Amino acid sequence: MDTTHAEPNYMGIFYWLFGLTVAELAVAYMPIPKGLMVAALVGLAFVKATLVAMYFMHLKFEKRILAVIAVTPPVLLVMFLFITYPDTAWRLFTQWAAH
Amino acid sequence: MSQAAVLDHTLGVEPAETPLTPESWGKLGMWLFLAGDAMSFGGLIAGYAALRIGDPVWPVPSTVLGVPFTAVMTFLLICSSVTMVKALEAIKRGDQAGLRRFLGLTILGGACFLGMQAREWTHLIEHVMTLTSKGLFGATFFVLTGFHGCHVFSGVVYLSCIFANSAAYSKEDHNPVEIVGLYWHFVDLVWILIFTFVYLI
Repeated sequence: MDTTHAEPNYMGIFYWLFGLTVAELAVAYMPIPKGLMVAALVGLAFVKATLVAMYFMHLKFEKRILAVIAVTPPVLLVMFLFITYPDTAWRLFTQWAAH
Repeated sequence: MSQAAVLDHTLGVEPAETPLTPESWGKLGMWLFLAGDAMSFGGLIAGYAALRIGDPVWPVPSTVLGVPFTAVMTFLLICSSVTMVKALEAIKRGDQAGLRRFLGLTILGGACFLGMQAREWTHLIEHVMTLTSKGLFGATFFVLTGFHGCHVFSGVVYLSCIFANSAAYSKEDHNPVEIVGLYWHFVDLVWILIFTFVYLI
């Protein structure tokens, strides 16, 4: 099968992944508020995962419908979180209210 | 669709190409498997998050787990992903020696990851916690990293099979190498998430 796209710069992606991992470690040990730290770490992990899927797994160069298959699980996962987390939130609220 | 494929289709024979992944059905099969596998990992990670958010006395992971040690494991897995794409790149040029060299390095990276994880688990079980001794922290830790470790082990076996069969691949015919690559990168991707959620946060 003829691959029409040029091979991506894999070493470039590697340096990005390495740099972002170092950034994650730095953020994890930084004396910053917990909420900010969690948001930064989740953001960095999301960027790294996207880089792996787009370039190493070639999703960027595939048909759009394959990307739809790939993003279905994360989308379902987010829906799942919204269904189940109100239970946890309610438990935390009642604990907080009892004090 | 080529004329031959159209002809096959009219004769009631299954068409040889798929509109989603023209290279092979196997590639589409792997993508669908990975989508299902992502649901398994997603369910485990979502469960872990719900249990952790709802627990008022969750320990700070870096005080229990060896974060620098696992940072090296993360680095190792990223490196093995790079050698995997290099292996595919090599056989796309028809370079069989390159394919074997880079596949070998990928297998080595996966095996080293497993060795380090075995060492980490041994240390934790002997000195820190077991599956049941530290409440939900220990239980979720061993289930999540264990499920991922099983995937790495399967990946090393899968890569070894492709390595053993490497003489069969050429510039024109190397689809199984691409498919094993998809699996291996997915395992790397999941580790990126586990490292962040279980060790760093």
